[in-house]
Amino acid sequence: MRFTLNGKAANVAAHPMARLLDVLREECGLTGTKEGCGEGECGACTVLVDGEPVCACLVPFAQVADQRVVTIEGLGDGHPLQHHFLNEAGAQCGICTPGMIMVACTLPPNASLDEIRTALAGNLCRCTGYEAIYRAIAKAAEQGAARVAT
Amino acid sequence: MRTAISALELRQPSTLDEALRMMRDEKLVPLAGTTDVYVSVNFGTLTAQRFIDLWPLDPLREIAVRGSVLSIGALASYTTIIRSPDVNARLPMLIESARQIGGAQIQNRGTLGGNIANGSPAGDTLPVLAVAEAVLVLRTIDGERRVPFSQFYTGYRASVLRPDELIVAVEFGPLEGRQWFRKVGTRAAQAISKVVMAGVRGPLPRIALGSVAATVVRLPLTERALASGTAIDDAERVLQSEIKPLDDVRSTAEYRRRVAGNLLRRFWAESA
Repeated sequence: MRFTLNGKAANVAAHPMARLLDVLREECGLTGTKEGCGEGECGACTVLVDGEPVCACLVPFAQVADQRVVTIEGLGDGHPLQHHFLNEAGAQCGICTPGMIMVACTLPPNASLDEIRTALAGNLCRCTGYEAIYRAIAKAAEQGAARVAT
Repeated sequence: MRTAISALELRQPSTLDEALRMMRDEKLVPLAGTTDVYVSVNFGTLTAQRFIDLWPLDPLREIAVRGSVLSIGALASYTTIIRSPDVNARLPMLIESARQIGGAQIQNRGTLGGNIANGSPAGDTLPVLAVAEAVLVLRTIDGERRVPFSQFYTGYRASVLRPDELIVAVEFGPLEGRQWFRKVGTRAAQAISKVVMAGVRGPLPRIALGSVAATVVRLPLTERALASGTAIDDAERVLQSEIKPLDDVRSTAEYRRRVAGNLLRRFWAESA
């Protein structure tokens, strides 16, 4: 099945009802996307499909045919969000971080704290208490640098 | 343990007619945004094995106003609904309910038709459809019928939807009066309702509650009491006679009764 993965054409043979999460991790070797709750509450497995955040544990592979999928690996190594998450200690155990960053990628430049909190309503973190995460995203948003090419 | 995917089959129609023919000829469970079905996959509670993927059928996502009727395609996601100027103008309570379903990730995939077909008594849009007196457009390959939302459910997760039939759209006539919606869950986001209520303060008030009975319920006796100017204490007593909440994993019957009464009072005070 053909789709676009992190900006490049991909063609992967997998069961049409395989979870997108498993195809990414096991067929494509992209293990940055994490599995959390399996019921769409924690957001750890968030990836972008055609620019919109979704839970990869709840999406059948067939439903991304011909669509653009972006995972945390699609941001490369030097994205401002990564830099600010490091600087602000926005990550502790790290399981929620890729999902948090993928949602942050969809925020408008100069997003307000309220917009950031609403956008992240579907992402749970059990370590940080969220404040450091909000700070990291707010700093990236101030620089207008949160968005990625999706 | 998670359901073994290899045993599952997926039919992939590219048009609605093709989908309806498959529904006629085979026993298939429709997939829309899969935010409910894939929870069953992940928890190993899935019983069906043969599915049909409706997600690519874009015409079913259309939101349009035709004459005085607002029509929302069954595949319209909560995000699509939230962004629709027509829905914002006519059904602010539906926007409010859509905003409180899951986070952005769920709102991007979950659909109005899916919420109806899933038929959970806790479905957040269902009280809205009940008080808006929505009409469901159901289609088979042989034709279409319109079923008032109030006649759709026949019991707990049971409905008049036939095995070969798909929900294709939800229609709303003009609605007079102030709209009100409130969901009470464990937290403001990402929680399934303990009690959910929608109300319209029109010439005749309308009230519907979720999570207080086997299906979403309208409260005709409470509505009549309010319309006739009954004191709110008495109206609440009527409400208590019209609901049958249960103890379950999310809450207790006693708590739900208390909250349902409080919501009635709040609706009446805030919509005055």
